[in-house]
This record gives sequence, structure tokens and C-alpha cells, in this order.
Amino acid sequence: MKYQTVIGLEVHLQLNTKTKAFCGCSTDFGKAPNSNVCPVCLGFPGSLPVYNREALNSAIKLALAFGCQIQEHTKFDRKNYFYPDLPKNYQISQYDLPLSRNGYLDIHVQDQPKRIGITRVHLEEDAGKLIHEANESLVDFNRTGIPLLEIVSEPDLNSPQEAFDYLTSLKNIIGYLDVSDCDMEKGSLRCDANISLRLQGAKELGVKAELKNMNSFKGVKDALTFEVERQTQLLETGEQMVQETRLWDVEKGVTVAMRTKEGAKDYRYFPDPDLTVFIIDQSLISRIKKELPELPQEKVARFVKEYGLSEYDAKILTCTKKNAEFAEKCIQVYPGKDKKEIVNWLIGPLLSEANLRKIELYELKINIKELINLLGFVQRQEISYLSAKIVLNQLIDSQKSTHDLIREGNLQQISNTDALTQIIETVIQENAKSVSDFKAGKTNALMYLVGQVMKKSSGKANPKVVGELIKGRLS
Amino acid sequence: MSIDKETINHVAHLARIELQPNELEKLSGELHAILGFIDKLSNLNVEQVKPASHILPISNVLREDQPHISLFPQKALENAPSKKGNFFSVPKIIE
Repeated sequence: MKYQTVIGLEVHLQLNTKTKAFCGCSTDFGKAPNSNVCPVCLGFPGSLPVYNREALNSAIKLALAFGCQIQEHTKFDRKNYFYPDLPKNYQISQYDLPLSRNGYLDIHVQDQPKRIGITRVHLEEDAGKLIHEANESLVDFNRTGIPLLEIVSEPDLNSPQEAFDYLTSLKNIIGYLDVSDCDMEKGSLRCDANISLRLQGAKELGVKAELKNMNSFKGVKDALTFEVERQTQLLETGEQMVQETRLWDVEKGVTVAMRTKEGAKDYRYFPDPDLTVFIIDQSLISRIKKELPELPQEKVARFVKEYGLSEYDAKILTCTKKNAEFAEKCIQVYPGKDKKEIVNWLIGPLLSEANLRKIELYELKINIKELINLLGFVQRQEISYLSAKIVLNQLIDSQKSTHDLIREGNLQQISNTDALTQIIETVIQENAKSVSDFKAGKTNALMYLVGQVMKKSSGKANPKVVGELIKGRLS
Repeated sequence: MSIDKETINHVAHLARIELQPNELEKLSGELHAILGFIDKLSNLNVEQVKPASHILPISNVLREDQPHISLFPQKALENAPSKKGNFFSVPKIIE
């Protein structure tokens, strides 16, 4: 490849505090327009903002989870601009003394770990919501003042896929911290992307585009992929690149330059005189550090070490904290040291059942003891794997035992030679071609014949026994 | 420190105020005087003074995460120049 892609991401995250950043208005989503507002978040003269302790603690927690250095001295600044969703005509944000700097997040690129720098995590507040009608814009200030964190990455990402992986990993980690919903659809997590291209090996960064308006991780990836193509073409044809903001149009699958007034942005940052400085002392930092849960990466490592999982399996099971806790409980209850069987069931049939119901793994209403019993029936070859999956489906949301379900469904595996011989004879007669194929040495033909017997026995035949019987019969 | 007309126009734009030519003339003189006055600060010796971003020697003023009672929408919208239902209404703006 001639060009290197350089991407940096800016994530805005709503914290899940009960109240807004600087006032006691509720942060509840979906309330009637302008019902969660007060003189402070409406920016009435004479009102005084006071920061939310819980928001500060959550922010420190998140910054620590990403290995950031918490700054001893931090303050709020006013970022000045006019827009109708901003009642004060400034956003309270942080400029030169952010809460934290120099963190990182590890992703995997072609199975190799890659460290992505996090420049800073800083505190700010959300703006209101605009609804554009034919001749006017309507403003709802319910969201105004909800505590936000801005998480800025270094331009260390070199492909749309890396950006996607970074976001996924970021979201997984944040999910463990319980500081935000991380719901992109509800807008509690938003992402802007800076992207530029440069010749491989070049030191100078190319002219960048800032991408906005992506409302899913896939949208971010798609927008970046489009932009790599667009910028490559511009560079190849020698056209002049301009630094600009572009909006992702999900319907058309293109980015479009945003109309902006001329002149660079001039936010005239200055310290907010309404808010005091913050001195974050070590005791607070170490107290919050102690409260940090085991994070996904650590959990993966432990699952691999303690339970012998593959890293791939461990990653799937530790995607969210609750799934990881559910999986670990199953793994612990499962007898013996070798946990392969239960892990395969968790990642296979159980995950399918959860996906089918459009819920998370941990939300499956299943008695773990009965699940383990079910696996026992399979291992003792008392029921087939196929039947076991049927029983699993019934076991979920049920009060019945595995034993009762097998009996009721008449699913006991047929290993009895006499009962099987009859079915096998029929199958052999009906599949002369496969029989001659098998005799000609095609082993696949045996699989096919076993499959036919399984079908005729409604999945109850013991495939191992069937295979042996057919082999004996045809040799 | 001097201030040219271009800067004044820029600042006026940022503040969303429209200046007439005579006002521009007048303001450029006034702002020049104001900045000159403030500029006196740069003559002070502040070597012994710690940088401060707040006028009072206090820090870490925080509130607990307890909900208060918000305004009723009617009350919040009471002084709005224009409204529609529960919304504030503004001239259509899409940037």
C-alpha cells in the first residue's frame, strides 16, 4: 500500500449519574421536552453551577481503567460559541488542565497486541437536542448539562478495522465500570473521527477530515472506509485537500462536506469563574483504584489460566461483565478440571439460544444445575447431541428438570443394536449409491448414511453405534 | 497593544453583534484604551505569585448526586420569545 491511514477518535460518553453535571435535574431519558430543566442548566443569570461528586468519581474511575494519569490540579473552562442547543452560549469543558492524560488501550492487529494511546479524558457537559421543522427549529434542553467525558485517542489507529476494534474494546471496558449506558442509539456514546492519509514512511501528517454523524460502530468503520477511498483518489489525482468536517450519510454510504462559515473556530476558552479548581489527592485516587473491577483483559488472562480456555473463547465470554459472571458460574459448577465441554456449550447452543431470544447470555433463565445434568446425559451417551439441544431449548424458561424433559420427549438415545438394525437396513436399501460409494472407499458416504439413520430416528439414534453397525454390515 | 478594525469585526461576529461604520470607529478607540489599561498588568512583577484560575482560595466544591425538583416546562418557557408546545422555538438553523 502506497499510503498509510492515520485515524484518531474522539468519544463522548454520557455518565450514568442520577443528576446532571452542575445541577440536580434528573438525567432520565425520554421525559417530556423541557421538563428536566432548571435555572442552572438553562443558563439563567445569577445561577451557580456546582459539579456532581459522583460524576467526578466515575470520571476518575474510567480514566484509571485506561491507565491515565490523574492530574493533581484540574479546572473547568468555558468554550464559547453560539448555537441554539447551548443556552449559556458556552459549554463548560476543560481546556489546558484536563482531568487526566496519557492513557492507553490495547487492541489486537493480526493477533499481535497494539497499544493505542489515549491523549486525555476530560470532563464536560452535554448540549440540548434540536428538532428541525420546516420553518423553525425546536429546542429541548433536557439533555443539556448531562455529564460527559471526552475520551481522545492518539492518532495511532491505522485502519477502519482498528478504529472499530478500539471502539468495541473501549465499550467493553466501560461496560465493566458501570459508569455509562454506552448506548450509541440513545446517544449516550458518540464518536467523531479524524482521518488523514500520508505516504508510507512520511513523518508529516496529511490534511485531515473530521467525520461526524456516525451512529453505530459499523457506521464509524464504514465512514472511515469510504474516506480512505476518497482521500486516496484525491491524492492520486493531485487534487488539493482541504481540512474540513464531513458528515456521514448512512443511507447513501458517503461522507459529505459540511457547510461551514469561513474562518477557523475561535472558542475563546477561559477558566469558568463560577467553578472552583479541583485538587485530586492521592488518597481519593487510590481508593477508587481499589474499587476497580477485574477488567476484560485481566479476566481473559485468568479464564485462560484457571480454566484452560482458549483466548478466543475467553474473549467471547468476557465481552460484558454480566456474561462473564454467568459463564464463570457455569464453569465453576461444572465438575472436573477439564472445562472444554461446558465452554463449548456456552459458546455454541447457549449463545444461539440467547441470540434467538435477542437477549444476552446471562439473561437466559436457566437452572445451571440442570444444564450441567443435561451435559452429563450427553456424555453418558444417554441422549444424542441433537436431542440435547432440543432439551436445552425447553429447559430455558422452564421449571422442569432435564430428566423429566428427556422422558417426556421420549428422547433417550437408541444404542440398542436390534432397534437400530431395522432402521439401518431401510437406509441401506434406499441409498444404494452411497452404499457403493462407501464400498469404493469414500468415507464421506458413511457420514451421509449415519445422517440418514439419525433423521429416521428423529435424532435419537446413537451416531457412534450407528456408524459401527453400518461399517460392520457393509464390510 | 493595538487593535485593528479586522479584529474588532471578528470579535463582533463572534459576539453576534452588528456594528455600524461609526460604531466601529468609536469602538476601536475605546477598546484600544481598555486594552492599554489592562496592559498595565504586564508591567507588574508576578514572579512570587502563583498562577490562579479562581478568585477565591477554595477548591473541590462538589454537590451530591441528589435530584432536585426541576422547573415545570410552562415555567421554563415563560419568558421564551417563541415557543411551540413544550419546546423553545428558534429560527431554523442547521450548521
